[in-house]
Amino acid sequence: MTADTGPVLVPAAEQLGAAETPLQQVWRAFRKDRLAMAGLYLLIALLVLALVGKLITEWWVLFDPTTVRLPDKLLPPLSRASSALPAEQVPPFGRYWFGTDELGRNVFARMLQGSFVSLSVGIVAVSISLSVGIVIGGVAGFYGERKLLLVGIDTILMRFTDVVLCFPTFFLILTVVALLPPSIYNIMAVIGLTSWMSTARFVRAEFLSLRERDFVVAAHALGLPEWRIIFRHLVPNAMAPVLVTATIDVAYAILTESALSFLGFGVRPPFATWGNILADGRNYIFDAPWLFAIPGTAILLVVLAFNLVGEGLRDAMNPRLRKRSR
Amino acid sequence: MWRFLARTLWQRLLLLVLISIISHTVIHLAPGEPTEVDPLNPMMKAEDIARIRQAFHLDDPIYVQYLDWMRDLLTGNLKSFQNGLPVLPQIWDRFLNSLPLFVCTTLIVWTLSFPTGIHAAVKRGSRYDRGTTFIAYALISVPGFFLSYLMILGMVQVFHMPVLGLRTFGSQGASATVRAMDRVWHLAIPSIMAALTGIAVLSRYVRSQMLEVLEQDYVRTARAKGLDEGAVVYGHALRNALLPFVTMFGFLVPGLISGSVIFEQIFAWPGLGLLGYDAIIARDFPMILTLNFIAAVLTLTGIFISDILYALVDPRIRVQ
Amino acid sequence: MTHPLLSIRDLRVEFETDAGPVPAVRGVDLELEEGETVALVGESGCGKSVTALSIMRLMSGRVAGGQIDFRGQNLASLSEPAMRRVRGAQIGMIFQEPMTSLNPVFKIGRQIEEVLTLHQGLSPSAARGQAVELLGRVGIPSPAARLEQYPHELSGGMKQRVMIAIAIACRPALLIADEPTTALDVTIQAQIMVLLRSLQRELGMAVLLITHDLGLVAHFAERVNVMYAGKIVEHGGVREIFKQPAHPYTRALLAALPDPTKRARLEAIGGRVPSPAMLPRGCAFCTRCKHAFEPCPDQQPPLFDVGAPHVAACWLHDPGRAAVLES
Repeated sequence: MTADTGPVLVPAAEQLGAAETPLQQVWRAFRKDRLAMAGLYLLIALLVLALVGKLITEWWVLFDPTTVRLPDKLLPPLSRASSALPAEQVPPFGRYWFGTDELGRNVFARMLQGSFVSLSVGIVAVSISLSVGIVIGGVAGFYGERKLLLVGIDTILMRFTDVVLCFPTFFLILTVVALLPPSIYNIMAVIGLTSWMSTARFVRAEFLSLRERDFVVAAHALGLPEWRIIFRHLVPNAMAPVLVTATIDVAYAILTESALSFLGFGVRPPFATWGNILADGRNYIFDAPWLFAIPGTAILLVVLAFNLVGEGLRDAMNPRLRKRSR
Repeated sequence: MWRFLARTLWQRLLLLVLISIISHTVIHLAPGEPTEVDPLNPMMKAEDIARIRQAFHLDDPIYVQYLDWMRDLLTGNLKSFQNGLPVLPQIWDRFLNSLPLFVCTTLIVWTLSFPTGIHAAVKRGSRYDRGTTFIAYALISVPGFFLSYLMILGMVQVFHMPVLGLRTFGSQGASATVRAMDRVWHLAIPSIMAALTGIAVLSRYVRSQMLEVLEQDYVRTARAKGLDEGAVVYGHALRNALLPFVTMFGFLVPGLISGSVIFEQIFAWPGLGLLGYDAIIARDFPMILTLNFIAAVLTLTGIFISDILYALVDPRIRVQ
Repeated sequence: MTHPLLSIRDLRVEFETDAGPVPAVRGVDLELEEGETVALVGESGCGKSVTALSIMRLMSGRVAGGQIDFRGQNLASLSEPAMRRVRGAQIGMIFQEPMTSLNPVFKIGRQIEEVLTLHQGLSPSAARGQAVELLGRVGIPSPAARLEQYPHELSGGMKQRVMIAIAIACRPALLIADEPTTALDVTIQAQIMVLLRSLQRELGMAVLLITHDLGLVAHFAERVNVMYAGKIVEHGGVREIFKQPAHPYTRALLAALPDPTKRARLEAIGGRVPSPAMLPRGCAFCTRCKHAFEPCPDQQPPLFDVGAPHVAACWLHDPGRAAVLES
């Protein structure tokens, strides 16, 4: 037998597996983390509840959170509506699922309404902070060496970030919110404008390292205009840590909003946010503990869900943290 | 090393000036004014309002107000709108009240976070690790005021123990030991509640830092020398993992002050946070401004101390 | 002596991955006598570092089978405290990356003295004296001053010398050198290898040299083991293997070396090293082998005698088959 048979064909079993996109890899790693998946399910449930809640509390009389029913005030959860009520004030199925507050309002309806408001405060505030952070971090990372009035842009922006970091954020928020006319948009804006700093730092760090990478240098050499390099090449690659920060920031924004409401500076009635309901419930902590416990637990669960998802994303995107045998 | 320190000191001072300018601008951009506190109060006649405005320079352009504020602050003449008394002594008194709370909270946070985080990193994936991870997430997510209220409820209803304030009402007559223990008790609960979130966050960070350091080559070298795990983890690894925490130290101060606003209100602790809260409600501009400024000064001091500690601790900077 | 210093038999190491256990080392046999230099050669990913780390039990993978006998004792069965007494004292190891292998926050002196105080119970002043002597032995000028310096103040070559000093401090019987010169400049490489050889003669140490550089093997080793995809495919004296390589992989490796005297094309080996997760059923090299024939894809060849002690794991050398080897 000669040794001249040529290369042996590679059996199918030895072919390389089909390539996975990075997104699929991250999703696969994320799915393995049971806590993170639990958080994700909770968030999806919350989203559904919030949207559904917004609709039915506005359109369905039975779920109107503002209906005052004095004969039925301060009832514990799952109690029946009294027969003295007129028909349109009776809650669905004749029961108050979360009880009633001191004005006889349906706590479940209020919580539903509040879910939409709390969630939107979180999302809008974080959108603002992301936008500001990405712009500042991106400019500092990409154009850092250019000088404006003898000082580098990077230095100016980063010193500015340091300055804002020195302020006790909550105190600043409180100051501004107390001095401005009370409005939900003010709160969103203030929370957003005081939490962009970590996003800016991450984006700057990513841009600084990505800028030196070969694919960017190659794009430059090909003559691509700068804005295109930034938006089509750098930004998508820098999004990974930003996504993680964003999720955790939403959690933080919801907590801050509830703290503000708790201190009396939050959204004013008739808007119900969970922080509001919690603050009102403070006065009835002995007589009607559910008024305090329910919103508090709800906030806890939602914030926990965001945190779990955020941390799960972080772990899933970090290849070095994949499981190894010991 | 001294050049490094001089440079940082200079940078921090510049920051301070910038901070004061920004504080001032932010507050004055807000439309609310001191005279709006009670516009329906019939006792406040137009001349009174004008007099207040004049006394506190509210009619001058904003940069003049800034200079006036700085001048009054640095000469000790700055007076509060609420009671006409100088601002700085009031802040100082309240600061002395808040200080034990800050110190206690920081101590609790740092002494509990490190062992927890290190152990979780060393026993990665174990039930201890997963358990503490979950508890950490829960603590980060819980609204601090919620838990504090429940704690107060529990203490008062179940144990019949007084919790609020600096000391138990009517304890002035008791012996020195009892009074001291009473003070300690009243300090403990708020400190613990304020420390919970800090512990959760810091221990996670310790854990991730330790995990990263334990992957390093020099840890493998240490093991190859035949050192036991204790020496490897606590001698070689920890020493490197600690470096970033030294720098973090300064940035914890704003968190303490922010937290104090809520916790002092809940626990009726007459400190800086409560002072700030009252000032905000009363729209006491000088007080609010100065408090923001002092808070930033405290932060910068903390950061500066961090810089010094870091220069001492990292040989790569020390030996230039 | 009755048994060799180090005797590895049928070592198997696997790693746990999401897709199940993956074999990194698939039945390796290796022997080392006292005082000799044996090389373990292969490309990146063939499992040579894993083998070395398994000897020291510094591996994060799982040893799935086999025995590692050192001075007659099975290292795998030792308790952890007993193993620690072996590490650093009887077996020393130096690694590939001197830049990151020293702790950046401790002085050099402390990092050397640590080994001496640990294994020999020396007092701090005695340890210090020894450390100075060791630094001098590895060729570092002004050793006493160096003790007070930090790693970042030393060059790469000097750091590797410090690593060597640490590894030989307790006069180990075996030194494992895992790619000791790969990260260094060429001129420094030569210096370090010369240093290793002189230390070896002085201390009567055996050296297990792990490398992918055949040039180093030719100059410094007495015997060589060629490794591919987790198995030893050829092993024998350096002279014989370089003159008459028996396994197609070894031949291809040698043929791929650039020859300054010829102006011929560089011969690359076609194909790629198979991933440990997807190994073929038969000989791992068969997909890239010019001489592959009928038994290769299905059956893994054992080590056949090619001129004892020279052996090669290739069906071409199976005396039971009428195979012709092109030389």
